[in-house]
Amino acid sequence: MSDLRTELKQSIIEQLNLEELELADIENDEPLFGDGLGLDSIDALELIVMLEKDYGIKLTNPDHGKEIFASIDKMAEYIEVNRTK
Amino acid sequence: MKDHRIFRGKDQVFKTEKSLDLDQFLKASYKKLEIEYPKFHKMDGLCKLGIIASEILFKNHSISSETALVFSNSASSLETDKKHQQGMGGIVSPAVFVYTLPNIVLGEISIKHSLQSENVFFIENQFNSELLTDYAEVLLEANKIPAVVCGWIDLKNAEYDVFLCLISKQGEIPLSNENLKQTYLLENE
Amino acid sequence: MKKIYLLEDAIISPLGFSTEENLNAAKNERSGLRFHKNLRFPEGFCAGIIENELLADAFLKIGEATKFTKLEQMMLLAVSRVLEKNPKIDLSKTALIISTTKGNIDLLKESSIPENRVYLSELGKVIKDFFGFQLEPIVISNACISGGLALAVAKRFISAGKFDQAIVVGGDLVSEFVLSGFQSFQAMSTEPCRPFSINRKGINLGEAAAAILLSSIKPEDPNIISLIGEASANDANHISGPSRTGEGLYKSIQNAMREARISAKEIDYLSAHGTATGYNDEMEAIAFTRSGLENVPMNSFKAYYGHTLGASAILESILTKHSLLNDELYTSLNFDEIGVSKPLNVIGSFEKKELRFALKTASGFGGCNLALVLKKEINE
Repeated sequence: MSDLRTELKQSIIEQLNLEELELADIENDEPLFGDGLGLDSIDALELIVMLEKDYGIKLTNPDHGKEIFASIDKMAEYIEVNRTK
Repeated sequence: MKDHRIFRGKDQVFKTEKSLDLDQFLKASYKKLEIEYPKFHKMDGLCKLGIIASEILFKNHSISSETALVFSNSASSLETDKKHQQGMGGIVSPAVFVYTLPNIVLGEISIKHSLQSENVFFIENQFNSELLTDYAEVLLEANKIPAVVCGWIDLKNAEYDVFLCLISKQGEIPLSNENLKQTYLLENE
Repeated sequence: MKKIYLLEDAIISPLGFSTEENLNAAKNERSGLRFHKNLRFPEGFCAGIIENELLADAFLKIGEATKFTKLEQMMLLAVSRVLEKNPKIDLSKTALIISTTKGNIDLLKESSIPENRVYLSELGKVIKDFFGFQLEPIVISNACISGGLALAVAKRFISAGKFDQAIVVGGDLVSEFVLSGFQSFQAMSTEPCRPFSINRKGINLGEAAAAILLSSIKPEDPNIISLIGEASANDANHISGPSRTGEGLYKSIQNAMREARISAKEIDYLSAHGTATGYNDEMEAIAFTRSGLENVPMNSFKAYYGHTLGASAILESILTKHSLLNDELYTSLNFDEIGVSKPLNVIGSFEKKELRFALKTASGFGGCNLALVLKKEINE
């Protein structure tokens, strides 16, 4: 497991207050929204904030969020390409 | 709920050491009461207090989805407002902002208990039994609502004072301004 | 059953400091929205903001501007306009009901005015003491339905005999506090908002104060509007996103119409909430069609004022009231092409039409919804 993926899981658990989850509970390719972790629209907005705060990526079109936040893998791929921090 | 002690009527349901901070108290209460509702952890202090209090209030009652919620406090959502204000120095958190309204606690309780009912949030500088009694009476009589939860849920500088009361056509204590006031004062000691 | 009449009213907004000025603007499709830019919002935002100097000038006629916050000046001015039109009113028996979502929230950062004025009950006290109301004010803070809820609470208490009349006043500011919050929600549009339109991109915020007198005492004027039904219901779905089936709004509309003893067919005009977000307008369209209101001429006032939060339902109810009185339907400004999945009869341009019953709706964060039914009393 790459450091970035671990970092992301850690961040998500903290930022989204997923208190009852452990790192091991989140699969890299598991859907984050809908059935997977059951995240909602506010969580999606928080992830957009996290992208900016931690990786310097400003998401100008929030609709892209759906693809980018589809899973930890997808997020990691997007960040690796676009990060400025 | 006050000073890290939770009462149901006259019976103490739970308490922790007073040295715990608010978050620790809320987490401990959540665990002890076996609430099992992961969304709890995303809520702000006011909503967590409301969820815990309503959990205890509704225990062993089947609650109609028409049960109205008539809440009040003095500080509105000030604790979270201050948090948002601080956050304005950097990148603002939407998860904080969403809680900068006092009626969100009504929403959270409604979601958890599937209540699609009348809600109102009054702001008073102290517990006003007359206002709550009068409004509960109007809802129960004129609007033919089966039950009302009314009360006080205040959070100011990490100090809280929560008093919720379920009012319906059944029950031991008749609804009146005096009775509600006495019940609140009793539980406040 | 007591009848509750909607009597004198006043609107304080970027479109004018009286109801008359605001009606004139609505008739002529004038909007109070302007583009603003500052350090905090370098990309700019569109909002309806009242010019401080104009407000202070108007306020000077009734009080000392330096002693009161902007919001207080707005709300005091609104109440004073209502009292001017009703000099014989007995304030010792008149309730004061206040609606606001954030009150003087701008005091949280800095100010020469003491911080305890942030408390909404303090705002209530300021208004009460300024005019000499004797009854303790009732303050309601329930997100964007606060204003309508305040009207409903007034009606309920008057019907129950707690008092005979009440002045209901609502107000909110365009504050950095709220702007930054809605920006984090990505819910704001940098252009004037387009309610119910295919090109809608989000809300604009607005500031305003609005006040109205409700009474069970029948006035002499035969042309009068009464509030004959009201209801509110929570979606129990999500704290910031509306129910996809419009559950709470649908229920509120049904219950309000039931109380009013009218059916959807009898509604002549629908004044919607229409904030111009993707979800809100869609939810409203669903609730309206479920209620059989798809053919009723309808509009949103948000493109004239922006979303004025705690003032919105009162301000818009006042415009609805005058729509009925004057048999006038105001344009749903900035509407281009229908952008919701259900058909709606959006008012494309100003028209005169005989109107009797109107429905006003509002929805807000926390899953709250509200519906009011207004009736033009025709004295036979």
